[in-house]
Amino acid sequence: MKVRSAAFKENARAALGDEALQAALAKAKGGFVDKRRIAVEGLPEFDAIRDVAIEIKEHTLSHLDYYLEQYESQVIASGGQVHWARTPKEACEAVVAICRQAGGRRIIKGKSMVGEEIGINEALGAAEFEVMETDLGEYIIQLAEEPPSHIIAPAVHKTRDQISDLFQAHHGKYGLTERVTEVATIVNEARQVLRDIFIAGEIGITGANFLIADTGSNVLVTNEGNGDLTSTLPRVHIVTASIEKVVPTLEDATTILRLLGRSATGQEITSYTTFSTGPRRAEDLDGPEEYHVVLVDNGRSELLATEYRHMLRCIRCGACLNHCPVYGAIGGHAYGWVYPGPMGSVLTPLMVGLTDTVDLPNACTLNGRCRDVCPMRIPLPDMLRAHRERAHAQGIGGGLFGIGLSLWAWLAKRPSLYRLAADRFSAFLGARGRKAGAFRSLPFAGAWTASRDLPAPARVSFARQWRRRQAENK
Amino acid sequence: MNVKTEAAPQKATPTVGLLVTCLVDVFRPQVGFAAVRLLEDAGCRVAVPETQTCCGQPAFNSGARADAKAIAKQVVETFEGFDYVVGPSGSCISTLRCHYPELLADEAEWRQRAEAFAGRCHELMRFLTDVMGVERVTAQYAARATYHDSCSGLRELGIRHQPRNLLASVQGLALRELEDSDACCGFGGTFCVKYPEISERMVSDKVAGIQAVDAEVLLGGDLGCLLNIGGRLRRLGSPVRVFHAAEVLADMTDGPAIGEPEK
Repeated sequence: MKVRSAAFKENARAALGDEALQAALAKAKGGFVDKRRIAVEGLPEFDAIRDVAIEIKEHTLSHLDYYLEQYESQVIASGGQVHWARTPKEACEAVVAICRQAGGRRIIKGKSMVGEEIGINEALGAAEFEVMETDLGEYIIQLAEEPPSHIIAPAVHKTRDQISDLFQAHHGKYGLTERVTEVATIVNEARQVLRDIFIAGEIGITGANFLIADTGSNVLVTNEGNGDLTSTLPRVHIVTASIEKVVPTLEDATTILRLLGRSATGQEITSYTTFSTGPRRAEDLDGPEEYHVVLVDNGRSELLATEYRHMLRCIRCGACLNHCPVYGAIGGHAYGWVYPGPMGSVLTPLMVGLTDTVDLPNACTLNGRCRDVCPMRIPLPDMLRAHRERAHAQGIGGGLFGIGLSLWAWLAKRPSLYRLAADRFSAFLGARGRKAGAFRSLPFAGAWTASRDLPAPARVSFARQWRRRQAENK
Repeated sequence: MNVKTEAAPQKATPTVGLLVTCLVDVFRPQVGFAAVRLLEDAGCRVAVPETQTCCGQPAFNSGARADAKAIAKQVVETFEGFDYVVGPSGSCISTLRCHYPELLADEAEWRQRAEAFAGRCHELMRFLTDVMGVERVTAQYAARATYHDSCSGLRELGIRHQPRNLLASVQGLALRELEDSDACCGFGGTFCVKYPEISERMVSDKVAGIQAVDAEVLLGGDLGCLLNIGGRLRRLGSPVRVFHAAEVLADMTDGPAIGEPEK
C-alpha cells in the first residue's frame, strides 16, 4: 500500500469536511466505547488479567527465538510448513510461490492486518490470482477499492447508504435487481454471494490472532465464521502472521482472549474462535490438504532492543483507535497507511520511516486515553513522544514552529530575560486586548484565532503584581 | 466526605513554593492569587520564587529533550528547598511529578534529586484535599456549572473527585456532570496550533457537551484547556462563563471571567 501519510494535514482536512464520513464516525464512536466499558465493568478481574497477559507477552518477547522455533517444529510435526520472511517482499514472494505451486487461481481471504501491511492483495493481483475478501467489512471496501480504515472494523467509515450503492453497482452480475437498504437484507445479500465464493475458493489465506508454540496451532477470532470457512474449505490454507503473535501455550492464548473481545467490541468472546493445527489428517472430516505459515518480521525483531519494544505486546484490538479523539474526528484513512490511530502512529513511522510520517506522532494531544484503555498497557503516548524526539534530533518537520519553540526554550532557560519578555508580552497585549477581553484575530496567532478567540493576557503579569504586593507588605 | 490519601505534613505550617505556571502568569494572574489564598487558608506559608519560568512541557512534548532537561534542572533547583511545590495545573505538575524523573534518569545525581522532588509536587486541588485535608471552602457563587477534567491531571495524577468535593461546598453552586467530561478538549499544548482543524472539531464537541447540560459556567483545573474552550465559546457568541476552579473556590468571581471584557 502506498504511504500517503505525508499528506496527513490535507487528508485530515478532507475527512473533516466529508459529511458521510463524519456521520459514520459519529455513529461508531459511542458504540465501541460504551460496549467496552460495560464489558470491562462486568469482569472485576479485568485488571488482574491484564497483568498476567502483559507478563505472558513480555516473557515471550524475551524468548522470542525459542518460542518461534518451538512453534515451527510443532507446525512441521503436524504436517504443515513454515516460511520465514524478513521483509514484506519476501513474505509476498513466499505466498505467491505457494499459490503457484498449489495450482489454483481463486483465492479467498480472511481479514488480516499483516496481509495489508505486506501488500498481499496487490502482489497476488500482479501475479494474476483472483482474490476475494470474505469478511463483510473487507468485502465492502474491496468493492469500493479502498484500504481498511480501522483494524477491526475495516468499513467503519462507510454509511449504510454507501454500502447499498456499492452492492447495487457490483451485484448486478450476481442477479441483484433491487437496491438493498436494510441491514438484514444487505447482510443476506452478501451472504448469498459469498457462499458461492467460499465454495469456489481453491486457496484460503487468513491472518492469526495468536500462534501457539506448544501445539503449532493458529488462533483466529471472527464474528462471521468466515475465518473457519476460509481455513477449512479450500485445498490449501496459508496463514500470514507477524512474529510477535506467538505465545507459549493454549492457556496463554485463552488468557489474552479474555481481554481481546472485551477491549475490541465489548464482547466477552467473539462469535467464532477458530483453532487450526496443520493440514487435514486421514480421520478428519474436513480441512485443507496443505497448511502453510508465512512468518513476517518486517523490522519487529529489531524493535526488541529499543524503547519501542512494548509495542510488540499489541494484540490489535483497536481500543486505542476507538478512544482516540483524533481518530474519532478524522477516521483511519487520513493517517495514510495500514495502521491508523495511536497504535498506527507508533507503528507506521517504525515500518515506513519517520520522514514522510512525522505528522502522525505529532497529531496527538497526549491525552493518554489510549494508554488507559490498552489491554496491554502499552505506553503509547511515551512512544509517540519518542518519535518526536527522534524527529527533533534528525531535524524532521520542525519548520518555523521548531524555530519558535527553540527561541522560547532559550528564553525559558534565562529567568531574568524571560521575566522581562513575559512582562512586556503581557503589558503589550493586555493594553490592546483586555478592554474587549479577547482577540478575534492576531498576527502570528492565525492557527488559534481561525476558530476561537484568544482571551487577552493580563495588563500586568502575576509576577509583577506579586512583586508589588510583597513590596507593599514590607 | 474527604479522605486524605497522602501522608500528613510534618510541620504545622509547611512551606509551599507556588509554581505559578507560564500561562497563569501572563493570561490569568488571578488564578495565582486564588491559589495563594487557598493555600494560606489551609495553613501553608506560600512563597513565589521569582526565577521560575515554565515547567518545560512544551519542549518535552515537542521532542526537544535537551531543552526540557535543562529547564527541568532549573525547576528542581528553584523549588527543591520547599516542603511542597504546588501549582494550579494538573498538566504542569504532572510534568514535574511524572516526567522529570524519567527525563533526568540518565544522570545519577539528578535522577535522585528529581525522584525526591517529584513526590513533593502537587496539583493545587489534590494538595488541598489529599495532603492538607481541606474539606470545604468559604465561597459563594450562584450558578449552574459543569466541570471539564483535563487529561494529564485526570490520567496521570488521579484528579477527579477532589475539585468536585471542594466545589460542592461553594454556596449556590450546582454542579452538573458533563457527558464525556474526560474527553480531551483539543488543546494539547502545541497541538491546537499545529492541527487547528482537528482541534476545532474536538473543542466543538466539548462545547456541544457544555450546552447539552445547560451550564452557565464552565470550570476546570488547567488554564490551557480553559483558554481553548473559553475562546471557542466566545467565538460562538456563547454566554457561558469560564473560570479556573481555584477562582471559584477562593471566592474570586466578581471580575470578568476568562475572555470577558473589562467592566
